[in-house]
Amino acid sequence: MATDIQLATSQRSAVEVRLEGLRRTYGTVTALDGLDLTLHPGELVALLGPSGCGKTTALRLLAGLEDSDGGRVVVAGQDVTHVPTNKRDMGMVFQAYSLFPHMTALDNVAFGLRLRKVPAAQRRARASEMLELVGLSAQANRFAHQMSGGQQQRVALARALAIQPTVLLLDEPLSALDAKVRTQLRDEIRRVQLEVGITTLFVTHDQEEALAIADRVGVMRAGRLEQLDVPVAVYGSPATSFVAQFVGLTNPVPAIVENGSALVLGVRVPLVDPATPAGAGTALVRPEAMDLRQLDAAQAGTEAGAGTVSAISFLGAVSRVSVDVPGTGTMIAQLPTADVVDLRPGDRVVLTVRPDPVLVTRAAAAR
Amino acid sequence: MPFLAYVGIFLLLPTLLVAYEAFFDAAGNFTFANFDELRQDTIVHSFISSIVLSLESAVVGSLLGGVLTYVVATGSPDGLLRRTVTAASGVLAQFGGVTLAFAFLATIGPQGFITKLIIDAYGTDISGGWLYEPLSGLVLVYSYFQIPLMVLVFLPAMDGLRPQWREAAESLGGTTWHYWRHVALPLLTPAFLGAFLLLFASGFSAYATAAALVSQGQPLVPLQIANTFSSEVILGRENVGKAMALGMIVIVAIVMTLNALLQRRASRWLR
Amino acid sequence: MTATTGTLTAVDTRTGVAGPPRRGLQARRRRRLQAFRGVVLVVLGLFFLLPLGAMFEFSTRGVGEGAPRTMEAWKRIVTDQELNPAIIASLELAVITSVVALVLMVPTMVWVRLRVPRLSRVVEFLCLLPLTVPAIVLVVGLGPIYRWLDGHIGGSILTLFFAYVVLVLPFVYRTLDTGLSAIDVRTLSEAARSLGSSWPTVMLRVIVPNMVAAVLNAALLCVAIVMGEFTIANLLQYVNLQVAILQLGQADASLSIATSLASLIFAFLLLLILSFAGRRTRRTGKDPSPASGSTPSAPADGAQDPVSAPVLTPIVEEI
Repeated sequence: MATDIQLATSQRSAVEVRLEGLRRTYGTVTALDGLDLTLHPGELVALLGPSGCGKTTALRLLAGLEDSDGGRVVVAGQDVTHVPTNKRDMGMVFQAYSLFPHMTALDNVAFGLRLRKVPAAQRRARASEMLELVGLSAQANRFAHQMSGGQQQRVALARALAIQPTVLLLDEPLSALDAKVRTQLRDEIRRVQLEVGITTLFVTHDQEEALAIADRVGVMRAGRLEQLDVPVAVYGSPATSFVAQFVGLTNPVPAIVENGSALVLGVRVPLVDPATPAGAGTALVRPEAMDLRQLDAAQAGTEAGAGTVSAISFLGAVSRVSVDVPGTGTMIAQLPTADVVDLRPGDRVVLTVRPDPVLVTRAAAAR
Repeated sequence: MPFLAYVGIFLLLPTLLVAYEAFFDAAGNFTFANFDELRQDTIVHSFISSIVLSLESAVVGSLLGGVLTYVVATGSPDGLLRRTVTAASGVLAQFGGVTLAFAFLATIGPQGFITKLIIDAYGTDISGGWLYEPLSGLVLVYSYFQIPLMVLVFLPAMDGLRPQWREAAESLGGTTWHYWRHVALPLLTPAFLGAFLLLFASGFSAYATAAALVSQGQPLVPLQIANTFSSEVILGRENVGKAMALGMIVIVAIVMTLNALLQRRASRWLR
Repeated sequence: MTATTGTLTAVDTRTGVAGPPRRGLQARRRRRLQAFRGVVLVVLGLFFLLPLGAMFEFSTRGVGEGAPRTMEAWKRIVTDQELNPAIIASLELAVITSVVALVLMVPTMVWVRLRVPRLSRVVEFLCLLPLTVPAIVLVVGLGPIYRWLDGHIGGSILTLFFAYVVLVLPFVYRTLDTGLSAIDVRTLSEAARSLGSSWPTVMLRVIVPNMVAAVLNAALLCVAIVMGEFTIANLLQYVNLQVAILQLGQADASLSIATSLASLIFAFLLLLILSFAGRRTRRTGKDPSPASGSTPSAPADGAQDPVSAPVLTPIVEEI
């Protein structure tokens, strides 16, 4: 699989990546339990999940840094399961500390080209080009310890792309960075990825990141994919209660399912899953789907969603209001700040829901 | 502060005394004569022997010790192997030549275990003078503490090799060989050289082992120095000993400074 | 998980797919590494253990041809008249040296860190200076000083501790420095002071308990060094443990060899035990992969464990 490097800005055409039935165990712990995942050419798929869910294992299996215990890895139609890492032609960006400390940024980026025996002048040109792509031409002769974390990761990205790989792998590249840098850099990464048009797998535990830049998001738990869909769907129509609770905030509200819809806080709302069995359950309601109205002192406030405001968090355009509802717990409603500008802790309010589809779980099934 | 006072008396003063008195002769006259003495054959010879011995034992120690360090570093961080080797290295590196000398005597000395085995098997007595000859037997004995010292000094550097570097090199298309040649070895070289220098200084300064093993003559500098103070020799040679000591200080100081510079480079990369 | 960790989890014979366990490339690489490590360890292990074994063999020989093995020599370690005072003297010296060194260094280092950071370079230089001055040279200069001491304080061997403290300075400094770096001294002391404690209290009750491992480490290093010291004692004409061993060498080889071995083992056990004591604040390897095969965690993050007093490595971290 010797590759020729074209040093013009021509891109290689994007490839499809398939993970089929991947399995990996460490002793008695199953890190991956038969993972099936297809990345379409040129798309950025984010693998999202808590620590230990297997997302990094999946990435490393794709890269060849781990051996699988079962299943296949197929890239551009070829089975590469038993191909060693250094022949898989994939670019990888690690969480931190991956730049070679004894080389300048330029040398780091050119490293892959040097291994491929690209002549020095062309190496230099190509590396400079890549550094410019990530906006770091000025840092070309600096060393890793002279650069900030964000800059280091950009160099790492340039280095991974310099060899024109078929697939780009990012292993929580932003987790070690400051919040502000994280936001900037994730947009950078997306921009570059779109410009180069390369099939990309992006692993993270930060759901905001995943939702913001991915074409599709795969939510993982305990070695399995719980849902794989576009960000809007993962957020708006969570397939399982785990997804609903991991991605974004949810309020668990008692509900009754009958006739294909749910009765939540006195409002009839459609169901995400029409096959939900009838009976009592818990609806997972997003804060922005909640609405509230204030009660006068005179009103009894015995309706289903009646409660007392315990705290208000001002978040700019929106505010989050925490309401203690007796018998149910603390609910969080998110409303435009203008609507709640007169609200104070201690006020009595009634919560209702908007008629957006909800996911209802059984009390026993909630894990 | 008491600390400074203490250090002043017990460290700086002796050192300065040595340096100072090297310039005087027995009668108290300022002179360079003591240094001229240094050009005496025996003394020059002993300096050369010391240096060669130190170099050889440093080479053996750094190479074998380097390999051992690699083996320890690639094991589990809390494992028994690492603890045992580190503890053992700590002991052997510090523990003074007398024990070491006896250990070797017990093994390949006249009554030694191996000696006997070989006599029984082949009829030849291998314990001869060779163990006591510097530059052959002594290198072997010196290795016994140089290798552990190497492990102690070099292990932090080895630990500093991050696995991400290897993985990054691999993902960029490099083989194991590429990794070592372009990444690991260049990174380790300053630390390795620093450690080598440290081993050299340690071999050069070692006194106890030689004292315990060498019965005739003073083929090494430390022994020569000691000799000038023992009662066998006429008084007045003491200051020559101090001149030699000064010579030692100079050599060791140069070595240690180089070592410090190298370590600074290494630590910048490998922390 | 990279090949450099070299610890293979128990071969999983119940893989989802039928076939030989672990035929993957990483596993092969790991096996090769293990083989290499094994060979090196065996070869070097022999090299190091052989003399030790020989020492044991020698010291347990019976008198005359074909005589049975005996622990005679070992028993005599405790009873011999010449050896005993030397052992005791060395032990006492070890204790005194450690105590003095610690009492001298801990407050000084804390003080420098907190109040006069500019001096830290100076202190560091001074502490590492003894490494540059070989013992043999030091002894030359110490001669006159000790003669003076003899005249004023008496010639007890215990006065050796003055010199020994200097000798252990670099190691104590390094160990304590690493220990101090691992805890935020400034914040701790400011917190304590703001709660109303005096400086000695801060030292004793706040800082030291947080660096127990480092202090212990330093103390035991002192012990090991003092017990093994020969040069200074010999040339100043005192008889400590090592000197005694040498002197006995001619007369009673078995005894001296037995003693040597005993002291080696003693020091080794001491340091080994210490390495377990320091486990709570260990610097772990930078490898985030599953270690030892017992509790594997998916190598999700490269986050490092907090860096704390490494057990024995600090003694050689030069500037």
